[in-house]
Amino acid sequence: MSRKTREIIIKNALFFFALVSIVILVLIILFLFIEGVPIFGVVSVREFLFGMEWYPTYDPPEFGIWPLIVGSFVVTIFASILAVPLGVLSAIYIAEIAPSLIKEIFKPVVELLAGIPSVVLGFFGMAVLAPWMQETFDLPTGLNIVNASLLLALMAVPTISSISEDALYAVPQEFKEASYALGATRFETIARVIVPAALSGISTGVILGMARAIGETMVVLMVAGGAAAIPESIFDSVRPMPASIAAEMGEAPFRSNHYHALFATGIVLFFLTLGFNLIADYVSHKFKEVGSATL
Amino acid sequence: MGDNIIETRDVNFYYGDFRALTDVTMDFERNRVTALIGPSGCGKSTLLRLLNRMNDLIAGTRVEGEIIFDGNNIYDPEIDPVDIRRRVGMVFQKPNPFPKSIFNNIIYGPRLSGIRGKAALEALAEQSLRQASLWDEVKDILGQSAMALSGGQQQRLCIARALAMKPEVLLMDEPTSALDPISTAKIEELIEELKQVYTIIIVTHNMQQAARISDYTGFFYLGKLIEYSPTEKLFTTPAVKQTEDYITGRFG
Amino acid sequence: MRWRYLKQQIFFLTVRLSALIIAVAIGGFLAYIVVHGIGAITWEFLTQPPRDSMTRGGIMPAILGTFYLTAGAIIIALPLGVASAVYLSEYAKEGMVVRIIRLGVNCLAGVPSIVFGLFGLGLFVVFLRFGVSILSGSLTLAFLILPTIIGASEEALKAVPQTFREASLGLGVSKWQTILRIVLPAALPGILTGSILGIGRAAGETAPIMFTAAAFFTAKLPSSIFDEVMALPYHVYVLATAGTHIEETRPLQYGTVLVLVALVLGIDLIAIVIRSYVRKNKGW
Repeated sequence: MSRKTREIIIKNALFFFALVSIVILVLIILFLFIEGVPIFGVVSVREFLFGMEWYPTYDPPEFGIWPLIVGSFVVTIFASILAVPLGVLSAIYIAEIAPSLIKEIFKPVVELLAGIPSVVLGFFGMAVLAPWMQETFDLPTGLNIVNASLLLALMAVPTISSISEDALYAVPQEFKEASYALGATRFETIARVIVPAALSGISTGVILGMARAIGETMVVLMVAGGAAAIPESIFDSVRPMPASIAAEMGEAPFRSNHYHALFATGIVLFFLTLGFNLIADYVSHKFKEVGSATL
Repeated sequence: MGDNIIETRDVNFYYGDFRALTDVTMDFERNRVTALIGPSGCGKSTLLRLLNRMNDLIAGTRVEGEIIFDGNNIYDPEIDPVDIRRRVGMVFQKPNPFPKSIFNNIIYGPRLSGIRGKAALEALAEQSLRQASLWDEVKDILGQSAMALSGGQQQRLCIARALAMKPEVLLMDEPTSALDPISTAKIEELIEELKQVYTIIIVTHNMQQAARISDYTGFFYLGKLIEYSPTEKLFTTPAVKQTEDYITGRFG
Repeated sequence: MRWRYLKQQIFFLTVRLSALIIAVAIGGFLAYIVVHGIGAITWEFLTQPPRDSMTRGGIMPAILGTFYLTAGAIIIALPLGVASAVYLSEYAKEGMVVRIIRLGVNCLAGVPSIVFGLFGLGLFVVFLRFGVSILSGSLTLAFLILPTIIGASEEALKAVPQTFREASLGLGVSKWQTILRIVLPAALPGILTGSILGIGRAAGETAPIMFTAAAFFTAKLPSSIFDEVMALPYHVYVLATAGTHIEETRPLQYGTVLVLVALVLGIDLIAIVIRSYVRKNKGW
């Protein structure tokens, strides 16, 4: 075999390997739809998405996932309220303020936080936070929105922090020098020049952090409480979509309506997180153009 | 001119829509040193890199015309660039040894082109290092990393590495511009010796260097070959006014 | 003017406070786990299977199961990921096809782990009839960590200086040989780091293996890739939520959690250390 032929074969083989990611993505969508779409023969898409009653095991069963969707959004929003300030401020700390010795230690610490398995955080929420909350606030249960949001925030912070940190580092030195030369303090330079310049990157980090919170399973499964109802207070329990799927899949008879409904919930969850990721992708590309164009 | 080893005929070269070289026709004589000079951006390095098809690596480029080496047009679709590059070697502007030992740097190319056997490779390494005037300095440290050598030594290592492939032509792209004067002098001495065995084509922005070491010199400006003649004639009685202006420092 | 500096002090205080909160949260959390779990760590705990409805004995089958699943995942994901990264970094020309592939990798990275679980169930367990098995679980985990491997490998390949490639090609070495003998070896530490982080992730995930590989209790150790297994993350989940002796098994729960955390953080720490060592000693 001539060298040229061999090189062409290798190039094409590598190309096919690279296609695997797309193939898998397509297969994911395919199987979600194959196993999920049959539920829409039983309920309409509208009833499924916006129905207020999720009672898949009743007779007759109800398949409205609106409470699950609301549950997902509620814990994500509360988690973001906590995680965004913590994540962005800690990124500012690492990038601009921390002395280098502390930075060397703190950076790996935040990275290690990213590595803690979600089931471990869920366990902590169940075994430690819940009883404590129950006692301190005199609640019927400590498995609720607050508990889940706290832990989800802890999971989102490393994502937000590391992406924001990269964005802050990428701000050109010239901007900072110009600001100081005009007599601005460090705080003013950070708040009015550096952070605005890094805004697209920080937004990307925030969006991806939120996407992480929405898609998280074990924490919400173990700690959010499990009530498939629209909450009225932050101490109520909820059942976000991933929790519902994970909790019920074991009991749903194979290829029953319940089974199909769970896959359909997976479809909704998939496209929701896909949407977040595409937005983050779009925002980060705008960021790249702005960064180099202003030089 | 005498026996020509490479001939270029009406070569035009494009980066996308930009024409970097226009109608370049020149012959390179065997066992001589030919220098290519001219101001920055005049196309001399571009032409050099055409001679071993290194410009293939850049996307969006196009070659017109022919470059004849050993009776064939090297841009013929049937020709494999890898074969050309084994016979036409290159030394780059910034020394670029691999992060390997000195010995492994030298034998990397030959091993992949089929030379086997410890004895053969060791002999080849010694011969190449002697040819590059580096043997005495490194013969006891062949197992050490090449990155630990000085800039001048690294460049002579790169020359030895190229020579180990036993090319017929050695292309040198501003080989001493990143080096100190002593290393530069050593390499210029080297080139004098090497031309007995090899043909050398060297791009340099240093006119004195061209005048010192080359037999023929080609002057380029804005992608065109303005003048090409024996070095002594080009530097003492240039035929074209532009050449004279460049040599006397009026521009560039 | 003093007002400006006062604002700065308040801001810096808030920033430092945030960092402190995070550090304390992590530290406190880990300390709590260690304190409550260390008591359960005995030789028996690490090497024996569970007894008496999990109230006594050990978690050895879960440790073994996690090992098998993780090994399977990396065996599949590493070659696939590196090959994809080599194509994207060394061969691909910027155009529609490449952008689609990159978009695909990015989207795959964002798919929630429970959706991977559903995918694994649909494709490997049911459609390909592998059943609930090490094979199904490993495949599902492999595709979960694939984007991580691709990303780290591509970054490592791009960091290799272009002059190395030029030098090799200039010697008349073919493109593939250049990649194999010069570029990949130089990128190896970065690829290694990415793989180790991928291993850490695969070891800690629960949702992808819940319906594809994991069982609450297996009477025997697995003998083929078509067997179910116990796994550390799933074991933690089940001990804490199902079963009839949740309070009694609490010490073992903490012990299992400690083992899992130590394993995953240990793996991540190795990766971080390798990365920072290589950064300092690169030589180029």
